[in-house]
Amino acid sequence: MGIGIRIEELQKIYRTPPPMAARGGGFAFAGMRPARKDKKKKFEVVALAGISLEIRPGEVYGLLGPNGAGKSTAIGILTTRTQPNGGRALLGDYDVWQDPVKVKRLIGVVPQRPNLDFALTAREILLFHGAYFGQTSAERARRTDELLDKFKLTDRADHMARTFSGGMMQRLSIARAMMHDPEVLFLDEPSAGLDPQTRLLLWDIVRDYNRLGKTIVLTTHYMDEADALCDRLAIIDHGRIIAQGTPTELKASIPGGYLLRLRFDRVPEEFAAALRTLPGVLEVRAVEKTGADVYASRGGSLIPGIVSAAQAAGVELRDVSIAEPSLETLFLHHTGRSLRD
Amino acid sequence: MNWKTFFAMLARDAHVARRNLLPMLLQNLLQPLLLVFVFGRVLTTGGLMAARFKDVMLPGVMAISMALSGVQAVAMPLITEFQFTREIEDRLLAPMANGWLAVEKIVAGMIQGLVAGLVVIPCAWLVIGSGVNISMRHPFEFAAICLLVSLFSASGGLALGCAVGQTQIGLMFSLVLAPMMMFGCAYYPWSMLSAFPALKYAVLINPLVYASEGLRGALAPQVPHMPVAAVLGALLTIDVALVTVGVRQFNKKALS
Repeated sequence: MGIGIRIEELQKIYRTPPPMAARGGGFAFAGMRPARKDKKKKFEVVALAGISLEIRPGEVYGLLGPNGAGKSTAIGILTTRTQPNGGRALLGDYDVWQDPVKVKRLIGVVPQRPNLDFALTAREILLFHGAYFGQTSAERARRTDELLDKFKLTDRADHMARTFSGGMMQRLSIARAMMHDPEVLFLDEPSAGLDPQTRLLLWDIVRDYNRLGKTIVLTTHYMDEADALCDRLAIIDHGRIIAQGTPTELKASIPGGYLLRLRFDRVPEEFAAALRTLPGVLEVRAVEKTGADVYASRGGSLIPGIVSAAQAAGVELRDVSIAEPSLETLFLHHTGRSLRD
Repeated sequence: MNWKTFFAMLARDAHVARRNLLPMLLQNLLQPLLLVFVFGRVLTTGGLMAARFKDVMLPGVMAISMALSGVQAVAMPLITEFQFTREIEDRLLAPMANGWLAVEKIVAGMIQGLVAGLVVIPCAWLVIGSGVNISMRHPFEFAAICLLVSLFSASGGLALGCAVGQTQIGLMFSLVLAPMMMFGCAYYPWSMLSAFPALKYAVLINPLVYASEGLRGALAPQVPHMPVAAVLGALLTIDVALVTVGVRQFNKKALS
């Protein structure tokens, strides 16, 4: 069966500082704006400026964007933890805000930063989680053993969770979220802080879980992760969706597909115009005074042409980087900023 | 209402309490033991206080013990769980309305408060011996007052725990709990405040006054005390107010 999600014009404005998880790991909000001047200075952050999207049952859906884009806030609203200021969020037949208890039954949540119950051991965390969801003690014990084994935590099962390393806590958080076999699994930056090996384990687990017909929603700012896992994606920036589709569709939307980021000592207008006339070049954007982003249908083979054009214009080429079609270049194309900026 | 979830959470709190049994016993036992020893034994045996001071003081120590441990049992873990690590999140995501988690915290705090209060009686026998003059002639009155007192302490702990941040714990003790203890009529009957008319009426906002006076009325009726009806009425009003405020604060704090 599987459960779909529909979000309509969802808005969130924080009037007090948001919780840490939605604060993008301590980075400032890009959407911070000063309130009206006549009043006392008020805290106001627009985290979501009216987003709408539809997640199909059984799909792996990714929310991609830089820190502070509004991803965690969107997850917070869908998981009943954050109150929206406007709009609607439906999980299956239930309005998240009208029927939070029914929604909580259907979802499993892996937060950005582990929020494990530090008064308990790993095994107890899973057992009590099962108990909260009304599992019988036999069922709880069986699931706990299975999950501890799957997440390679069996040998530390009876240690207090507060003694765990970051990666182990993250694995335990995911195990906990899967304990009650939820229909929809939310993962907020699941691979942040994981070593490459654990990250691959995580990807396998997500794929396996999805194969059971479960819907998966994850946020990430890693392009490769979004590319490798997601059936469809929304790219979010400043609380708005700037592009939506399958990774392939999205990548195809970049003019030409290739992006050459060039740095010169200066970029006069006639030089930019000369770059535009090179064969295969579809779009040239000046970046500050010394750079140009060239969208083209080919990559390395364009370099000789660029070098001669630079020589002809008396401009010195200082740096070249060629990005193949990727979600990173897509993000850059839509926002003019790199994901890491 | 999802009782399975509710009881699973109570079981979790009981499990954590069992694990921390020794520190918890020390936290809940040591203070009343010392108070009973100093006020009930040292001061009276030394002749500084009359022997009947024991009867005045014992219900007061019980009230303090109940009130403090209930507040601590709820407020302290809540402050940690709502901080940085957001440990409480897993329970907020359990299939139960958030407000019920607040109720669960109150029930767990009440149990702890009741135990800490009742344990004062064997403590007193142990420390003072036979010189204590307390009676159990009003068991229902005693039970009702104990329940209402533990409810006020646990729900007060809930309200405080939701209002106070980790950095303000020290302030909470010196600004809220210390004056509450000193002006809670625990070590003197309320009628003795007649010499300070303004104070006498000002302390009436302190719930501990009703706790001390009520327990005094139930256990040592020979000592002057407030009428039982007034005590029950006041405690009931305070309980309703604190539960309402506490649960509302909790709900507000639970959501971002």
